[in-house]
Order: sequence, then C-alpha cells, then structure tokens
Amino acid sequence: MSLLLALFLAAAGFVFWQGFGADVGFGWMLLSAAIPWFFVLNMIPPMIWMERKGSAYIQDRVGPERAFIPGLGLRVAGLVHNLADVVKLATKEELLPKHVNRTFYVLAPMLSMTVALLVGAVVPFCHEVHFADGFVFRAQALDLNVGLLWFLSMSSIGVYSVALAGWSSNNKYGQLGGLRASASMISYETVLGLSVATAFLVYGSTSLNDMVQGQFGTFLGAIPRWGICTMPVGFVLYMIAALAETNRSPFDLAEAESELVAGFHTEYGAFKFALFFMAEYVAIVVQALIVSTIFLGGWQPLPWDLLHHDWLVEPEHAALVLRWMLGGTAVLAGAFGCWCLRWHRTNRLRWKDSRKNEGVVLAMLLGFAPALAALAALLLWGGPSSADGGAVVAAVVEFSALAGKTLFLCWVFIWVRWTVPRFRYDQLMHLGWKLLIPLGLVNLIGTAVLVKTGVL
Amino acid sequence: MANAPSKSRGITREGGYLLEVVKGMGVTFSHLWKNIRTPENRRTVAYPEIRNPFPPRFRSVHRLTRHADGSPRCTACMCCATGCPAGCIHIVAAEYPDRPIEKYPGRFDIDMLKCVECGLCVESCPCDAIRMDTGMVPMPAFTREDFIYTKERLLSHEPQVAPNGYRPRRGDL
Repeated sequence: MSLLLALFLAAAGFVFWQGFGADVGFGWMLLSAAIPWFFVLNMIPPMIWMERKGSAYIQDRVGPERAFIPGLGLRVAGLVHNLADVVKLATKEELLPKHVNRTFYVLAPMLSMTVALLVGAVVPFCHEVHFADGFVFRAQALDLNVGLLWFLSMSSIGVYSVALAGWSSNNKYGQLGGLRASASMISYETVLGLSVATAFLVYGSTSLNDMVQGQFGTFLGAIPRWGICTMPVGFVLYMIAALAETNRSPFDLAEAESELVAGFHTEYGAFKFALFFMAEYVAIVVQALIVSTIFLGGWQPLPWDLLHHDWLVEPEHAALVLRWMLGGTAVLAGAFGCWCLRWHRTNRLRWKDSRKNEGVVLAMLLGFAPALAALAALLLWGGPSSADGGAVVAAVVEFSALAGKTLFLCWVFIWVRWTVPRFRYDQLMHLGWKLLIPLGLVNLIGTAVLVKTGVL
Repeated sequence: MANAPSKSRGITREGGYLLEVVKGMGVTFSHLWKNIRTPENRRTVAYPEIRNPFPPRFRSVHRLTRHADGSPRCTACMCCATGCPAGCIHIVAAEYPDRPIEKYPGRFDIDMLKCVECGLCVESCPCDAIRMDTGMVPMPAFTREDFIYTKERLLSHEPQVAPNGYRPRRGDL
C-alpha cells in the first residue's frame, strides 16, 4: 500500500515537474507548488468556522464561542474551537476495526485528501509575475493546456475514495452511503461536464490561464466578458453540479444522518475521520476556486477591466494601489481595535478567567498593531519603485481578488446547505438526469450558436 | 389519487424551484443579519455565567433566616420537622441561658437526598425562620454526608440576587 502511495506521489511529482520549464529553480517550483496547498489548507479553519457560526446565526443560535487560548483569553468568535478540534482529533486513539478491509480502509481517507489537494494545482492564482531579469514566476502549480480536464479527472478520482471508504468499512450504512455518493457524483459529473463544455466553446481553450485571459473586455457593448455574464445558465448548472460533486447539502444523501448514521465515514474515527472532514472542505474550496476562475473572472480584481493587469504592473500605479491598501488596512484595523475596546466593556463582565481580557488582547493583536504597522509602512516607505515591485503588488492584488471571490463562493456553499432541505434519492436522480442534463445540452447548443454567430 | 404526490414530476412541476431556493436563501440571510445586528434578541442564555433568575415563588434550596443580631430566627419548635412529609429535617434543640427566647437549634440538618422540595416546612414555620428563596438548586455531591445541609450551611445561604451586569449587546459574538 505504501508502494502504491509512493508510486502515486512520484507520478504526481513528475507531472508537477513537467509543468515547468527546465529553467525554473527548484525553490521557485516548490513555492509555486505550495501556493495552492497553502491557500486551500488555510481555508479549512475559516470554512469550518463559517459553517458553524453561520449555521448558528441562521438558526438563531449562538454557536461555538467558549474555547480559548489560556493566558491570552482569545476566543476570536469561536475560531479557536478549530484548534481544540485539532488537539482532540490528533490525540484520539487510531482505531482500526476488526471487520474492515484494512488496506482500503486506510487508503480511502488518504486518497480523498490527496486528490482534494491535487485538484487545485491547475488554478492560476494571479497573472504571471514578470521580473525585470526575465524570470517568470507562475502562482500556479501546473500550467497544463488541458487544465480543466485535469481538474475533472482528478475530482472524479474522488469518487473512489468515497466508494472505497463505504465498501471497505464492511458496514451496511457505509456501503449505502458510498453507493449513493458515487451515484450522485457520477450523475452530476455529466452536468458539470456539459456546463464546462460551454466554457470550452466560449474561451476556445481548456487551459485555465486562457480562460482568465478570455474574460477581459466586454461584449454587446457594455457587458463584461466574465463567464457569469457570457454563460449564466452554465454558471447555475455548474453551481448545482458542484454542490452534488462535493456531496454537500441539498445533495448530501451520502451522509444522510437520519437514514445512514454518517454514511461512508460511519466507521471512521480520529484522524482518519479528520482527513475526510478536511477533504470535504478542501473540495469545496477547490470548486469555489474553479468557479471563480471560469465564471467570475479568476484573478481579475474587477469587471470591465478595472484595475487591469497592464495598469496594475506599472510602478506608479502599483504604488498608488499599495498606498490605498495600506491606508485601508490602517483605517479598518484601527476601527476594529476601537470596536474591540468598546465590546470589551460588556465582554469583561461575563467571564471570570482570562477571557475577560479578550477585548483588549484582540484590539492590540488584530487592531492597533496591524494598523500601526500599515501606517508606518505608509509613511516611511514610499512604495515600490522598480518594475519588480509593480509586478509583485499586482500579483498580491490579483491573489486577494481571487481569494475574496473564493471566500464568497464558499460562503454560498454553506449558505445553501443551511437553507435547502435534503433531496430524496429519486428526486436527486430526476433532477440530474431529466432536468439538468437536458438543460445543459440546450445551453450547450445555444452557446454554440451564440459563439458561431459572433455574439460571444 | 388526485392528491397523490407525483414523484416523477416532483421537482420539474415546481418550475420555479430555483427561485424558491433563492427566496429561502433570503430568509436564512435575514436571520443571519438579524442575529449579527441584534444579538441581544437571541433566546440563548450563556448559562454558567448568566442565569435567568428563577421566578419569585420558585422553591429552591432552603436557608435559615437570622435576627438583626445574627442569631438564627429558628426557635427549634419542630413544626417544620413535624410537617415534613419526607422526614428530612433533623433538629436538636439547645438553650440560651440569658435570653427571652430561650430555645435555638443546636443542630438543624436537612437531608437533601430525602427532601422533596415541597415547601411545607416554610409554610409551617411560625417564625419565618426557614425560606426557600435562595435561587439555588441542590448541588450534586460525591458522598451522602455532603447532601446533609447543616445549620451553618443553611444560615450561610443568601436570598436570590439579580444576575451580574452582563447582557449581550449589538455586535457581541
């Protein structure tokens, strides 16, 4: 099994290596490869936090708010619960039930996490950073010309992890959950493929870089060429299919707790469960990344070519943007600090331990310290003067734009989950095969006509 | 049969299903926004720190009241012990050598494992010496002895006071 994994990793590494020209340094390659992982893994705690706190507020509850860092008393509105979760899951006993198929039982969570992490490799996080000495840095692990196909194929390997987990658990609930999950994922992959095919038509490419480049400019006069405007139906179809692909509510039949306990991960505990749990969120983040890239302009900060890359990279413009960003940070962080101090007046009454100081600590750590740092940077440092600085600032702006869009889409995933009740299994299949696939076909033909007639 | 749910058209018949989802998302977001704006209107109470006061007539753990000079009001008349349906009050009378009210309880034990919180002791007391207005519920303990509330403990109980000043406010997470 470890041999299998080693082979898999070696293959992945080879593909990663091939994605670069031979002239790229190993360190830069590692950085490029690490960016998607860094982004996606760091999105997990905020996602879990949004899920818990958002669901609580939607349901008129309070949500997690108690766990704190001893001494500092930081609760950060329940964000510290994630740390507590990690401690709990990591220190739990790794149980291997006797009745399971051990190889696949252990392989399934590893596979789910590996696949989830590999999928994001094709996403460009910003425009290529052109340095003055001719070196080009890509914030993209794999610049494949078949980028979206890599995404589709990798995410369909994710079906294996679910099916394997369900089957190897040797448990009726797990088996049923795995079957349901694979059925829904396979059905909705068709819809996903159909809506992505419209993107192929519109952009004339399967490379995600080309797709982002294809979203500059306008069509029909004033409408931006963002994917959501050129193919709104495709966007809706993709969102629905993405919900089903990630096994999220309303398509989370695989873990319908009223019927199947916990579905395919019924038999999993400790860190193996944590891997499934994290892989679910990673899958959501990656889907959100792909949706932002195909339909929401990718790393483009604003529609209508506002803050266009060519404008951003010029050093004087970059300096202007940087000044606005630093000033904005200073103002926002300062305001947050003041708000924390005001909030401290009521919060300190509630607690008897270090949590009563949380308002002050928060104000200092997340409010005044960053505000002062940003202010100092604004006053003491005039901003980048060289072309390199401009390129880096542009990259930061574009990365933030993509991160913002992704965060919003992740929130939409959570928002939908706490709004819509779960589908019945037959409803799921009817929706997929009898409504969405015909709609996708019609949409594909319509888009093809529009593309051929030159409207798009 | 006319009203039988048609499973094949369940979703397609509701042609505006997507619209309904969007409307539902509006509803959930309005709740989210309301709870961010006015957390003080949430029903949840942060329990160990904040306790909703019990209603005034709620029968909570007993306390023995005192005279102005601090001595117990109880005269060890045994009315409560006699009236107690559970037989959980044990009084051993003692005597002041020099006071107009000669008797006082040398021991006044309530076995909280037997007590049924009926309040008959309070009603039967002619001296207003025992009350059940502490706002406390009997605490769990590890030994049987810990459930026997002695005179000193009962005298130390205070009547229920208003909860501390914390109330959730706008923006409180």
